[in-house]
Amino acid sequence: MMFWAPAAIALITTALAITRANPVHALLWFVLSLLAMAVIFFGLGAAFAAALEVIVYAGAIVVLFLFVVMMLSLDRAAALREKMFIARPVWTVPVMFVAVLGGAIGMAMFRENLPVMAGRAVPPYDVALKLFTGDLPLVELASFLLLAGLVAAFHLGREAEK
Amino acid sequence: MTDWRDPAGLALALFLLGLLGLLARKNLVFVLMSVEIMLNAAGLLFIAAGMRWGTPDGQVMFIAVLNLAGAELAVGLVLLLRLRGRLTTLDGDAANLLRDAP
Repeated sequence: MMFWAPAAIALITTALAITRANPVHALLWFVLSLLAMAVIFFGLGAAFAAALEVIVYAGAIVVLFLFVVMMLSLDRAAALREKMFIARPVWTVPVMFVAVLGGAIGMAMFRENLPVMAGRAVPPYDVALKLFTGDLPLVELASFLLLAGLVAAFHLGREAEK
Repeated sequence: MTDWRDPAGLALALFLLGLLGLLARKNLVFVLMSVEIMLNAAGLLFIAAGMRWGTPDGQVMFIAVLNLAGAELAVGLVLLLRLRGRLTTLDGDAANLLRDAP
């Protein structure tokens, strides 16, 4: 129950999020999906990841999305045009590709008689210990990446000089 | 404790939903959101693998994926705003020229 209920919610809300015409509605469905994922992480014994999912994904990333959507100031004409894009039979080919890919991977994952072992919960203490001793280069790489993202966003976001 | 294949299957389903959105939608807001869905599914798979083997490596990689998602989204959203300012549309297909049309 700790897994299947939030899993169903995550799937349904994600499907709703990618099919909405209004970006704000889609983002709200996406927030719900991320919260369901946080519950799943908690159920899998990854409490720290669950907290990060709520704080960083639902709290920071989606809010960044919402700010940008507000800055775009979408009007009714844009919404109607988007509705027309969705109504067109544009979904058939992607559905085919995705069904084939999913069938292949799913068969490999569930048909084979892979050994099953019960896992164990990983408390935040272990994660912090691993992250700041053995995986310290990863922290440095993450800081490089974030700095590069910051510089790129700042550079691209400036108005072009006349 | 859950069987590790349940979250792995969920990660697969979410990744495929994100891929479907990426392929089918034209609006760049939805394209970026689909990329986020796919990254999130990858993070779920890392967490499930960490639970399966009982090591913290899965959560460490999840933190790395989170960083990647944040950096990617910042640059992506700025590019989206620039495109909107230049072409006055969010249609990804509109940006098919390397420079302005003569």
